Amino acid sequence: MNRAGERLINGLAKENPTFVLMLGMCPTLAVTTSAMNGLGMGLTTMAVLALSNLFISLLRKIIPDRVRIPAFIVIIASFVTAVQLLLEGYLPELNKSLGVYIPLIVVNCIILGRAESYAYSNPPIASLFDGIGMGLGFTVALTCIGAVREILGAGELFGYSLMPESFVPIRIFGQAPGAFFVLAALVALQNFVKEKRKAAGKSYKKIGSGCSEDCMNCADAGCSRRFYGESPAKKPRESRVEKRNTTVGEECENGKTKEKSQREKPQREKPEREKLEREKNKKEKPQKKNIQKDKPEISNDDFEFIDLEEEEK
Amino acid sequence: MESVKELLVLLVASSLVSNVVLSQFLGLCPFLGVSKKTNTAAGMGVAVIFVITLASAVAGVLNKFVLQRFQVEYLETIVFILVIAALVQFVEMFLRKAIPSLYKALGVYLPLITTNCAVLGVALTNVQKEYGIVTGIVNGFATAVGFTIAIVILAGIREKLEYNDIPKPFQGMPTVLLTAGLMAIAFCGFSGLL
Repeated sequence: MNRAGERLINGLAKENPTFVLMLGMCPTLAVTTSAMNGLGMGLTTMAVLALSNLFISLLRKIIPDRVRIPAFIVIIASFVTAVQLLLEGYLPELNKSLGVYIPLIVVNCIILGRAESYAYSNPPIASLFDGIGMGLGFTVALTCIGAVREILGAGELFGYSLMPESFVPIRIFGQAPGAFFVLAALVALQNFVKEKRKAAGKSYKKIGSGCSEDCMNCADAGCSRRFYGESPAKKPRESRVEKRNTTVGEECENGKTKEKSQREKPQREKPEREKLEREKNKKEKPQKKNIQKDKPEISNDDFEFIDLEEEEK
Repeated sequence: MESVKELLVLLVASSLVSNVVLSQFLGLCPFLGVSKKTNTAAGMGVAVIFVITLASAVAGVLNKFVLQRFQVEYLETIVFILVIAALVQFVEMFLRKAIPSLYKALGVYLPLITTNCAVLGVALTNVQKEYGIVTGIVNGFATAVGFTIAIVILAGIREKLEYNDIPKPFQGMPTVLLTAGLMAIAFCGFSGLL
């Protein structure tokens, strides 16, 4: 139970998906026109995230490695459909104001990211609480951004008038451009904190996200490459370290994309205690996973094999 | 001729007035990620036009002849995401074999589009607004053109911004986001068009 609490706090603060990991930016920008919408979207995402994490974790020994991403997507899409139908039935107004962004939760990278980086390699209860924690973090973040935009853009909070009569609402914050400005300020703040921490000699590393980087570098780092059967979690560590040098998130240019988008996945800093106890003398995590799961290591040879397979088709 | 006029109005509305990135926030990742150079941005834009038009055609046909016929419309999200992912893979393989020159130009961008929410977003919007197949394809095409316009303009501005003296915390992504915000204000002006 200790662990469950730790996951909750982790999602809320240390690895907050919006403020720290910068994941799921499309819905963040689109639905935060008011605090209420942000809250609704956050809770909906949390429900999907918790349930999909739980089920992926339960099924993690059954899902074959090669087709895990399509399998995740089917599981996630099923839950999104269920949640969408529930909203339509019980909260039609919220459903209407969130519109197409409800089904688009399927492509929210937080969910796929957590499935890939946490639920697929951890027990169900911890995964469930990881999902709830991450979802809560997302909800808090969306509500905050929504509140800021609502106060500035309409002088209201949750529909209640907040500002004095003389306040002239800055309408632009309620509209599309305002979202960009708020996010820009947010990223700048994050950069500022990062610089401060770097100057103070503390490490500032984004950990635990599904993508190697955040949403801003998604296209470079190649989230989408995950469809190609790569399994970074199961790669031996050495090759990942080598690759880290080649995966600098630069602009993708013709021909270079392939190496660049070989996704590097940040090491989770927190060692998983159970596994540690089981194999105290092994220090490297990826190997541990291999032994535990009794799966063959996927090395670079396998990628060549995949390429060949594609060629044959 | 009424329908042609409607389609033209839709073309303008989807590409400029309610621009997919700047007012609907779909497809933000490639918009921010692949907009450092005008060339790559244009390549990405063309690839997106290609994929979205194709995907909205396939999704429209599927919706009409499979989902509606068997009354399983509630499966649309699952069906569309899987079909789109499979479609992009298939297109990539097909292009590599059949039209290598086109593959060379668009190939690197195709995988990036698989998880692009704009593609799924267009397919779902078509269903929600109850567009027919042709209207859906036009809407998809127009949306993708809007994406291309936005990404090429942003890339042009970013090329100019590259050597400017910007405060440290605002270097990189924040500046790009501010630029996008200003572009979004500019695109608000198009709402007077219709």
